[in-house]
Amino acid sequence: MKKYAYFPGCSLEKMAISYHDSALETTRALGVELEELEDWNCCGATTYFHLDEILANTLVARNLAMAEKQGLDLVAPCSACYKNAYFTNAYIQEDEDLAEHINYALEADDLQLSGDLSVHHLIEIFVNDVGVEEVKNKVTRPLEGIKIVPYYGCQIVRPRKDGENIEDPQFFEELLTAMGAEAVDFANKTRCCGGSLLISNRRAALDMIRILLQNAENSGADVIATACPLCQVNLECYQAQVNDEFGTNYAMPVMYFTQILGLALGIPRKKLRIGSELVSAIPVLSKYLKKEVS
Amino acid sequence: MSEKKHPDNKERVGVYVCHCGTNISKVVDVEEVARWAGEQPNVEVSRDYKFMCSSLGQELIEQDIKEKGLTRVVCASCSPHMHEKTFRTACERGGLNPFLFEMTNIREHDSWITDDKEAATIKAKSLVRGSIDRVVHHEPLDQIPVEINPNTLVVGGGIAGITSALELADAGYHVYLVEREPSIGGHMAQLDKTFPTLDCSACILTPKMVDVGQHDNITLLTWSEVEQVDGFLGNFTITVRKKARYVNEEHCTGCGICIEKCPFNVVDDIFEAGMGTRKVIYRPFPQAVPKYPVIDKENCVYFQKGKCKACEIFCPTEPNSIDFEQEDEILQIEVGNIILATGYDLFDVKRIPQYGYGKLENVFTSLEFERMVNAAGPTDGKIVLRDQETKPKSVAIVHCVGSRDENYHKYCSKVCCMYSLKFAHLVHERIPDAEIYDCYIDMRTPGKGYEEFYNRLLEEGTHFIRGKVAEITDAARIPEEEGKLIVQVEDTLIGRQRRVPVDMVILSPAMEAREGSKEVSQLFKMGCDFDGFFIERHPKLDPVATMTDGILIAGACQGPKDVPESVSQGAAAAARVAGLISRGTVMMEPVRASIDQDACSGCRICNNMCPYNAIIFHEEENVSEVITALCQGCGTCVAACPSSVITGAHFTNDQLLSQIEGILWDMRPEKVTA
Amino acid sequence: MSEKYEPVIVGFLCNWCSYRAADLAGTARIQYAPNLRAIRVMCSGRVDPQFVLKALRDGADGVMIAGCHPGECHYVNGNIKTMRRFMLLQKMLTQLGIEEERVQLVWASASEGIVLAEKIDQMTEALRTLGPLNWKKRVLNSGNGYQAAEAIPVLEEA
Repeated sequence: MKKYAYFPGCSLEKMAISYHDSALETTRALGVELEELEDWNCCGATTYFHLDEILANTLVARNLAMAEKQGLDLVAPCSACYKNAYFTNAYIQEDEDLAEHINYALEADDLQLSGDLSVHHLIEIFVNDVGVEEVKNKVTRPLEGIKIVPYYGCQIVRPRKDGENIEDPQFFEELLTAMGAEAVDFANKTRCCGGSLLISNRRAALDMIRILLQNAENSGADVIATACPLCQVNLECYQAQVNDEFGTNYAMPVMYFTQILGLALGIPRKKLRIGSELVSAIPVLSKYLKKEVS
Repeated sequence: MSEKKHPDNKERVGVYVCHCGTNISKVVDVEEVARWAGEQPNVEVSRDYKFMCSSLGQELIEQDIKEKGLTRVVCASCSPHMHEKTFRTACERGGLNPFLFEMTNIREHDSWITDDKEAATIKAKSLVRGSIDRVVHHEPLDQIPVEINPNTLVVGGGIAGITSALELADAGYHVYLVEREPSIGGHMAQLDKTFPTLDCSACILTPKMVDVGQHDNITLLTWSEVEQVDGFLGNFTITVRKKARYVNEEHCTGCGICIEKCPFNVVDDIFEAGMGTRKVIYRPFPQAVPKYPVIDKENCVYFQKGKCKACEIFCPTEPNSIDFEQEDEILQIEVGNIILATGYDLFDVKRIPQYGYGKLENVFTSLEFERMVNAAGPTDGKIVLRDQETKPKSVAIVHCVGSRDENYHKYCSKVCCMYSLKFAHLVHERIPDAEIYDCYIDMRTPGKGYEEFYNRLLEEGTHFIRGKVAEITDAARIPEEEGKLIVQVEDTLIGRQRRVPVDMVILSPAMEAREGSKEVSQLFKMGCDFDGFFIERHPKLDPVATMTDGILIAGACQGPKDVPESVSQGAAAAARVAGLISRGTVMMEPVRASIDQDACSGCRICNNMCPYNAIIFHEEENVSEVITALCQGCGTCVAACPSSVITGAHFTNDQLLSQIEGILWDMRPEKVTA
Repeated sequence: MSEKYEPVIVGFLCNWCSYRAADLAGTARIQYAPNLRAIRVMCSGRVDPQFVLKALRDGADGVMIAGCHPGECHYVNGNIKTMRRFMLLQKMLTQLGIEEERVQLVWASASEGIVLAEKIDQMTEALRTLGPLNWKKRVLNSGNGYQAAEAIPVLEEA
């Protein structure tokens, strides 16, 4: 059984708890062990890096160093956490001065970071470690007939890895197809959801969300699948505001890919917290849930 | 060999240190180097001079040889690749064997790479001392005469290769023109119009192709590929595979009935760029030279299933020209020179997924568009969308697809701006009310009549948007965008992001080196750069020669270029070859290995060191021998000989060991301890 | 010598690729350490291991052999032979107690002026850190490998 140090990040504690629960359920079902990092701290989110890069890197490095101490690779379900951890880990290996600086700071906590560990996004665990074929074999409730938007968001593909097609990645589609669902062709799959722009420029951010929702609707999708808590919040919680602002009437459920995967694996919906969305996914999923007593 | 020279018998070396204007003297203390050189062993005279390569500088050397009886000359100036020949000739004029000269590079390797005057001056002294100590061991050598076979091989039958072949053939020399496609013509044959004159491409190319086909001095080998290259300047032996056409060229009249009767169509990915179809027995295009068709074995029903033979049944010639039993032929050709004109490939636009090619059906490549606007092309010259009928009302043309892009090719492909303008003009001409958006990074129109052509398009009403296109998508954001292709581009002149909805997009992809150009360069034993383009001997002054004597390059295989430039290079390469042929014999560097057979122990270690099989072993005498004519002078065997009995002329052990000693004149351990 | 220590490197550059790369670096005015003193050979395959020993014995702090990239040799595969010899030589030098950084084999094509310049800079920096070679003290007086060292040709006495 492959084991990882699991870094949930702040969102998964409360707002994205359905992501947290479904992540643990699905990994368990597929034979992957996630051991939560003890005493983890903030990942620096999107803003800290613009204020003080070295301090922000140090903040991230503490989490990495703790994973290294446990001898485990790090996995983060949130795209921002993943991106920050990935880059800090890469910088440490490239930049000796930075590594020295950070390790000096980490000494205060009796920690050391060599950068030997690898950092993964949760979705990569399913795609690369478990493998799409294995997922397919474990599906007990094939999601035939449902059209899903594979919405990567901007940050998963940003650490550009060799040979990866960052403009038109395909792994999310492969994963959805393995569940029996239909992945729609979504031109905006790696476009920004607006991120934290809602705080500073509400109208521009709402328009970005509108564009994504519009394209999802045009593609005939039933539901948007996401791999990031912030994307989920922006696309789902702000649908009402988008509708107010632009006179539209979107009602598109936005789910974590782990919830959908859990469903396909036959995990009871309550364990996956399906139904706790603001735009309920129950209507579009009802045919798969028939056998379950709701 | 390295007996100590008697003091009375010592060599008299002249040392000349060049200022090169201020190129050397602003960093290296040239006067000091010259003064110091005068104190070094064996040096008779030492001077510094403003420009040693000038005729006055050369005369200095000549005079000193005559008046001071110099027996060796050292010139400290630029790279030997620049002026070694100049100074060798000066020595020769002064009456000294040119190989008793040695050049010291204190410009490219010294004054140009540092501004530390002290360090540069010490380095210059060291290099000069190395040369002095080396030149003392030089021996007079004679250049080796090589006869030039008057036949020439031209590889590639595009416009560059055609030009080379015709120039040489017209000058009275025989040419073998090898082309891997069934017809010559290359990319130019696919084009509709040529910029900026809008000449019909086929109209100006066809007469040249016909000339090639009919020329007594040209042996045309199409559907053929070079497999092996042996030999060197003057005497190459080329192995060519002439692929089976399954059509007998002796009997075929080129009537085309077989093509007409062939019941099967396939997509033509090469000539029609996937836009049209051709028969399984085919000529790439009506004006093809030679006129004989070729059977595409992969798609031929007879070859795959054993039935059909329609072509054979309908062939009117007697005897029948269709020959299903034909096999590849291997030919051996003897030539003196080779001109490579292998052309270019277009960048695969699918590598930029955000431009949607292959996914968004109305995104076209430039070559597809060329075929579309060609009156003889798949749409009879009509500009239509992929559905073959709808005329686009708006067209966007995207420049620099894969060029000037850190992720793909950093270089500018040079021709795309001009042909993009040509496309804009053709759309204006054929669909007068269409809106045309031309998205460029910088408009590059250097050429005769090119800028004028750009001005003409400005007047014709093309909308020019200065910015790199970010993406092409069908994901509409507003109702007006529905059903359109949206070109997202930052218009840098107004400082805004723009989304331009259009019906059709034409991508102008980069020109890139032919796939497999690296293998081709290895086959011909010459160089190709990181991008895969062949390397010229000198980027400014010797653009058609290569580092390998006897191998020349012309056209886009050397770098992106347009038709007139390819033609110039094709002609230039031919002129270079014609010059060598008319001279009859050329003199080669005498840098060759030789074995002292009295001392050879016959260990045979050197035998398989030689990449040219130039070393043979005499069983009876138990000794090895270097065949001078085959030796290329690399010296690998010299370094390998365990008994040091192989001498590499002009790079002998004595010469190199003395140079090492000289170059380290200030570092000898005894001096440090002293 | 109280001023900053500057190593001296002897460079054996092949005529077709690396010598031209050095020419190109100069023409492009790329600034790099002036510590390399170049000797032109037709092919890196001409570099007899005794040239390297000779240079070290005569006071060089390091030797750089530079050739065309494998597969791009002007003489088909001379550089492959260089590589083989270099590996053996490196082994022998290690046994004499000479650090690996002192003798380096690098590839630079005719278009890679900047690559060669960077390699020279890196090697110079590495040797500055290592300090002078002191062949005499290190090899001749150590007793270790003395005979091998003795075999290096000394031209004046030959």
